[in-house]
Amino acid sequence: MASPIDISPNRRDLLITAGAAAALSSAATATAAQTAEVSQPVISKISFSVNGADQALELDLRTTLLDALREHLHLTGTKKGCDHGQCGACTVMVNGKRINSCLSLAVMHDGDEITTIEGLGTPDKLHPMQAAFIKHDGYQCGYCTPGQICSAVAVLEEIRAGIPSHVSDDLNAAPALTADEMRERMSGNICRCGAYSNIIDAMSEVAGATA
Amino acid sequence: MKFDTPATTNPIDQLKVVGKPTDRIDGPLKTTGMAPYAYEQHEAAPNAAYGYVVGATIAKGTIAALDLSKAESAPGVITIVTADTVGKLDKGNFNTAKLLGGPDIQHYHQAIALVVAETFEQARSAAGMIKVRYTKARGEHDLEAIRTTATRHKDSKDSLVGDFVGAFSAAPVQLDVTYRTPDHAHAMMEPHASIASWEGDKLTLWTSNQMIDWGRGDVAKTLGVPKDNVRLISPYIGGGFGGKLFVRADAILAALGARQAKRPVKVALPRSFMFNNTPHRPATIQRIRIGASKDGKISAIGHENWSGDLAGGGPEDATQQTKFLYAGANRLITTRLAVLDLPEGNAMRAPGEAPGLMALEIAIDEMAEKLGLDPIEFRVINDTQVDPENPARPFSQRQLIKCLQSGADRFGWDKRGEPGKTRDGRWLTGMGVAAAFRNNLTMKSAARVKLDNKGVVTVETDMTDIGTGTYTIIAQTAAEMMGVVLDKVVVKLGDSSFPVSAGSGGQWGANSSTAGVYAACVKLREMVAKSQKFDPAKTSFADGKVTSGRKSIDLGKAAGVSGMVAEDFIEFGDLGKTHQQSTFGAHFVEVGVNVVTAEIRIRRMLAVCAAGRILNPKSARSQVIGAMTMGAGAALMEDLVIDKRHGFFVNHDLAGYEVPVHADIPHQEVIFLDETDPMSSPMKAKGVGELGICGVGAAIANAVYNATAVRVRHYPITLDKLLKDMPQIA
Amino acid sequence: MKSFTYERATSPAEAAAKAARTPGARFIAGGTNLLDLMKLEIETPPHLIDVNGLGLDKIEATDDGGLRIGALVRNTDLAADDRVRRDYGVLSRALLAGASGQLRNKATTAGNLLQRTRCPYFYDTGQACNKRTPGSGCSAIGGFSRQHAVVGASTACIATHPSDMAVAMRVLDAQVETVKPDGKTRRIKIADFHKLPGSTPHIETALQAGEFITAVTLPKPIGGIHVYHKIRDRASYAFALVSVAAVIQPDGTGRVALGGVAHKPWRVEKAETDLPKGAKAVMAKLMADATPTPENEFKITLVERTLSAALMDARA
Repeated sequence: MASPIDISPNRRDLLITAGAAAALSSAATATAAQTAEVSQPVISKISFSVNGADQALELDLRTTLLDALREHLHLTGTKKGCDHGQCGACTVMVNGKRINSCLSLAVMHDGDEITTIEGLGTPDKLHPMQAAFIKHDGYQCGYCTPGQICSAVAVLEEIRAGIPSHVSDDLNAAPALTADEMRERMSGNICRCGAYSNIIDAMSEVAGATA
Repeated sequence: MKFDTPATTNPIDQLKVVGKPTDRIDGPLKTTGMAPYAYEQHEAAPNAAYGYVVGATIAKGTIAALDLSKAESAPGVITIVTADTVGKLDKGNFNTAKLLGGPDIQHYHQAIALVVAETFEQARSAAGMIKVRYTKARGEHDLEAIRTTATRHKDSKDSLVGDFVGAFSAAPVQLDVTYRTPDHAHAMMEPHASIASWEGDKLTLWTSNQMIDWGRGDVAKTLGVPKDNVRLISPYIGGGFGGKLFVRADAILAALGARQAKRPVKVALPRSFMFNNTPHRPATIQRIRIGASKDGKISAIGHENWSGDLAGGGPEDATQQTKFLYAGANRLITTRLAVLDLPEGNAMRAPGEAPGLMALEIAIDEMAEKLGLDPIEFRVINDTQVDPENPARPFSQRQLIKCLQSGADRFGWDKRGEPGKTRDGRWLTGMGVAAAFRNNLTMKSAARVKLDNKGVVTVETDMTDIGTGTYTIIAQTAAEMMGVVLDKVVVKLGDSSFPVSAGSGGQWGANSSTAGVYAACVKLREMVAKSQKFDPAKTSFADGKVTSGRKSIDLGKAAGVSGMVAEDFIEFGDLGKTHQQSTFGAHFVEVGVNVVTAEIRIRRMLAVCAAGRILNPKSARSQVIGAMTMGAGAALMEDLVIDKRHGFFVNHDLAGYEVPVHADIPHQEVIFLDETDPMSSPMKAKGVGELGICGVGAAIANAVYNATAVRVRHYPITLDKLLKDMPQIA
Repeated sequence: MKSFTYERATSPAEAAAKAARTPGARFIAGGTNLLDLMKLEIETPPHLIDVNGLGLDKIEATDDGGLRIGALVRNTDLAADDRVRRDYGVLSRALLAGASGQLRNKATTAGNLLQRTRCPYFYDTGQACNKRTPGSGCSAIGGFSRQHAVVGASTACIATHPSDMAVAMRVLDAQVETVKPDGKTRRIKIADFHKLPGSTPHIETALQAGEFITAVTLPKPIGGIHVYHKIRDRASYAFALVSVAAVIQPDGTGRVALGGVAHKPWRVEKAETDLPKGAKAVMAKLMADATPTPENEFKITLVERTLSAALMDARA
């Protein structure tokens, strides 16, 4: 296994390499067929903050943010449903914006502030959205639920911030807090149990909107 | 406890806790990400290695050569499991195809290897280094093409009553149509996942499984170890819908990998692998014939169904509901099974009735139109209060007509227009209705109930909560029986070291498992009463106290320092034979169909259900809306597309196999009719988890017809099937 | 996913030069498509050049009254930009019709242009695909083709380009600004940027080895009614069966480009002269030499009807 190479978050000239990389040909062609293989995993040091706590990890570069959270930090509230950005179960907030943590390498989040479901609230001190999901039964099996809740919190922020959506009638007006707006914006979070109607009720209560 | 006479008044009837719309007791854990699922047992198996599954890329044939050399020497690789490394493997009783293939391959993405490595990244990467050469064999991949070769499965029974052929041909009004439903994927959000750990010859499997005891038995049988040496633990299950009824490759491969690696191994099936590796709901072809008098009385009803499966598999019997739903003296109901070389077909939410009603309830709509009758009126005319095949056998409860009529009032059914005539701007709108029907099944179910000296009641059963709300209704049952508040009940589920329950399937779970808890609580009540020398028949349990006459004692005190433990089970006698037990409902749907693009969007949905006592209206309602959502997917988008040349499901990911998203589903309304069914169990409850999907697809289809005047009989109803018949755009 | 080495680029030119020197290297920005494909080993770059830190995330006015959109501007930010919403509504609409909120927060302008097809046979390494493995054949031909191309396809490939944004860019006559490994910059018209499959479906764009996209520029606003109609089975979070991007002027003239029908955003300028005559007139040239399969011929009807409605809306 390759030895870790020190990386500080602010160094711009960062290069993470492995022994094999030095042997790469300098011939400039971009076709995949002629690429040299990197035979050993490349390990790097990564630091970011998760739910307000600084974390330093040494990870195989191939580690996604999702697997870093689940397998290395044991923050398993963030779920792996498809690992390909097709379900939304892995939704977390990075620097205040929601993303699919499965389609992001951990190494690309050096220095970032990450908020997961565990950072929103705890069983003893629920976030209002978590409490509303319980009250409106906005979940069943619970597997997509952390992603739904992270998205729901972010969606209300996005509407408040004036970001338009596919269903906004007037692109140049501020979007309204309607059920249709919430449904469209939540559509990247699949719930196969089919709790959608209840999730919108929960969000509407938190938003103070009428569904 | 044997349940063989109708239930009389019992403590559940107090309805102090049962029957209340209670928030789920597992809610705080699930909404905060603290509920640990199968792959997340870091504390239980801290040093687990990672397994990654390799699947076959042919539908049928043999492995000619398997080259593991590069993978074996890849970084981090500990071991590789293949058919060659594991010795003799048996097949589980509930599996059709083997869970580890090779050299014979039975279906696409059948597992052929598990690479075990130190990290997930290393295991996945090494899996890609395995080189396989196949010898392909010819297979059958097209049900339509081999439909005539289909035969009657040994467990299928033809229903032939009277003279169907004569009555149909003599009927003044006839319908003879054929419908098609495609293969469907469960697509539960949590992929199949397991962690296996051996201690000596004892195996512990943290897995995601609906039926713990079946799973335990099949793991043992497959591995050739005594059942007593296997423990399954499945406290949280990220959806199942039938896809986790049986042991899958993740569990067996994790166990084999852990044995070979000599340390715990965790395996999750990659999403793109699940569609061909795990079972699906098989496609059906359904011919329905209805003959009726001009005033709408059915004289002949015929339903012939064809489906396919691997050799040794079973049918998707889409005719089940037709045996019971409508009257008619002359009946021909058959189901036939063809041998197909596709991935294994098996149970998915309401197997049989879900695709069956998708067809039957369009046929009823079509026939009503032929007769010039409102489709609700047509159903009312042909209602039956007895099993049509055996009129001596009444339904225990049957409120279908009330479901339909109260739903019609609520939904504004009288505002339904003529087909193709109602416009809302750029949208054609229409309403549809369908009956919902699902048989009520009961299963033996055991539980252990402990009472401690603080008055805390702990329930242990191997029952599972797959999102159904089991934790909560079991807690409600125990609280009601023991006279304590919900906070005084602890529920422990999904562990094979607990008494064997009904498990989660066939919508039998809620009624059967709570009845098992009821039985154990009855026993515990007797123990408590006797310990105080009370007459159990004259002892009441309420407000945390045990009371008999003027004597009363705190429950915890009565339990004594060491507490008390009672265990019992419920088993069911002949009431299901003497009485036809079923659940009923009516689905109402309004759709809009874009007049330009023929895109279909659902505007309103209502379900009215009559399903016995509703133990928790909040979680029961969720079951119904969730099933309605899945039914909407089946109606409008879900379609596992077969490549008939290569014999596999092509759209094997969640981008290609579309299931409904938030934007597809409007606000949904559910009404439960007041009902108790003393024939079903002491709980007087029945199931609702599958009823909700039954018929909803047809209600959508009928609404699309009402909107467009275009009848589509081949699901899913997508815009391309409507487009050529849509109005001209000026 | 195969192992790779990783670096953070320091400048666009240096990134291009490094990519050219490193066979198989890929730039990574949002990563939403590249990582998806790397997990399946459809993409196996031995080296990743992270370009997120290059500051290419600004939207600026150009001297000729247009907009210069940095290559790293996220889809959400581009769709929400006031100038884009006001003057290039078709672009904002197209972006908002694509993917999900989470993906739009990550996906970049350049990355969106470089998306690879969603053909299920391309995505299944157990199946033959000329795009993935040149010369291996095309499993989609004769297979499940409902999503596939109806125009501009070849006997080697019938895949479609999945982007919504690129269709709007095409109708707006955007230009792609790049820097080459030798440090020279150039502008590529969006019309020339994406390739038809021909006999080399693995070559998808006009970019040369190592060439790096720095920005996309939009000419000054052209007014008119902007529409982007995306048609799909599922109401959201789905790729288009067909999409129609159009800018229609009050006199009925205008432009139209299509998504979901070809290996690239599909626009036939000479067909646009017939726009005032209506959709039927446009179709003859717009969809000339179409080669649909029985499973996807509905797309042609769908285009005509959608365009027809768009023209009616613009007149209303």
